[in-house]
Amino acid sequence: MAEKVSRKPYVREMTSEWIFRHPRYLRYMTREFSCLFIGGWTLLMVWGLAQLAEGPQAWSAFIECLKSPASIVFHLFALAFALYHSVTWLNLTPKALPVQIGEEFVPDAAIAGAHFAAWGVLTLAVLYLAGAF
Amino acid sequence: MGERTIELEVLRYNPETDSEPHFQRYSVTCREEWVVLDALNHIKETIDPTLSYRWSCHMAVCGSCGMMINKEPKLACKAFIRNYEGVIRVEPLAHFPIERDLVTVIDDFMDKLKRVRPYIIPKQVKAVADGEYLQTPAELNKFKQYSMCINCMLCYAACPEYGLIPKYVGPAAIALAHRYNQDSRDGGREQRQEEIAATEGAWECSFVGACSEVCPEHVDPAGAIQQVKIKSTVDWYTEHLMPWLKK
Amino acid sequence: MARSNKPIVWGPFAAGGTLTAFVTPVLILLTLLAGLGHAPDLLAFDRMHALAGHWLAKVAIAGTVFLSLWSAAHRLRITCYDLGVRADTLVATVVYAVALAGTGASVLYLSRI
Repeated sequence: MAEKVSRKPYVREMTSEWIFRHPRYLRYMTREFSCLFIGGWTLLMVWGLAQLAEGPQAWSAFIECLKSPASIVFHLFALAFALYHSVTWLNLTPKALPVQIGEEFVPDAAIAGAHFAAWGVLTLAVLYLAGAF
Repeated sequence: MGERTIELEVLRYNPETDSEPHFQRYSVTCREEWVVLDALNHIKETIDPTLSYRWSCHMAVCGSCGMMINKEPKLACKAFIRNYEGVIRVEPLAHFPIERDLVTVIDDFMDKLKRVRPYIIPKQVKAVADGEYLQTPAELNKFKQYSMCINCMLCYAACPEYGLIPKYVGPAAIALAHRYNQDSRDGGREQRQEEIAATEGAWECSFVGACSEVCPEHVDPAGAIQQVKIKSTVDWYTEHLMPWLKK
Repeated sequence: MARSNKPIVWGPFAAGGTLTAFVTPVLILLTLLAGLGHAPDLLAFDRMHALAGHWLAKVAIAGTVFLSLWSAAHRLRITCYDLGVRADTLVATVVYAVALAGTGASVLYLSRI
């Protein structure tokens, strides 16, 4: 008969080191950080709404603020992060919305592709209607 | 060619003598086609018989040999030596307490598996004499993918939310609940919702997606969890905004 | 274990995440163009004011602000937890409050247009 072994399980502490364990966790954190820029830009636009309500001078001042170097840099970061959010979000749509036709499921690429196509069309429509080109 | 001498750095922990784990290095001459499990078996057989680890089938179907290999959750029988350079670091599966060496305490997972009622709760009870349940290929495909889970727990090791929130029911258990919810023979979704639609259920998931990436059977627990979230949300709003609708 | 009321906060998060995925990049591009001196026609005061004057546009703008701020707030809450901040109730209160305040402010300003 074997002798009795005493147990003493060791619990490893969870630190923030997990973020660096694999590139996928860094990509996840990047995706999550997009919220700061999307939220920040939206708050900036709320301030713009206030200027719009004030009148033409306030609005012009707002547009002038948008031209500052700080604003341009912020916009470039915001655009990059917003795009990253869009790409990651749309790529995940097939996971959340599986479509079964007959026996088989519609391939992920088709579902995501349809979303990307709609995104492209919508983007162009907005740019056109806004008079950007 | 044919052989390669590699260095394996393995986390050791003896609960009777150690206060904390430490690494031990072994030099192993491996054949070209070896997996990490072969190297571990070689160590145990010829160098250090005290090394403890779980393994069984050696062909990625039993789910026993999950461990962290260079900080990535993998089945040791599916981690080919030829894909690694330099020192290979082998540690027990992350986010589980260490029992001894590479053996983890998996009681938490076993408990969660039970809680999600991973068995058919029939819509209509049928006596065996009344014959089989009939199911079309389309109905089978609705859940087949989620039935492929081998309970290897790599997904729990990959999931940072499970590491941060030990109460989280976790990817495999939720995917398994989803497997039964999707089965046309089953009528137990309401009971399983008590577990997987609770705060510690699907709601702790932040869709990192690591679980699906490391899953050796391509179960895609992340997808299952998102579908649970959406269904649970629709249920909640229906229930609260239109309570007159009978379920 | 009881079913969670998480859908209250998750529903708007999912809707907001989807909305921002579709429209935020192009909207940022519009204001970036303005910042670079090539403001699209729509951003002229008269046109913006006229657009925001329409009740339907006000509903759409307020809704967009709410969903955008809410989904950003929810994500920030999760991120704080991921980074080891344990005071979830406090973080949640702060982030959702900011989202609601921003929404309230936008409704206020829209009412003045």
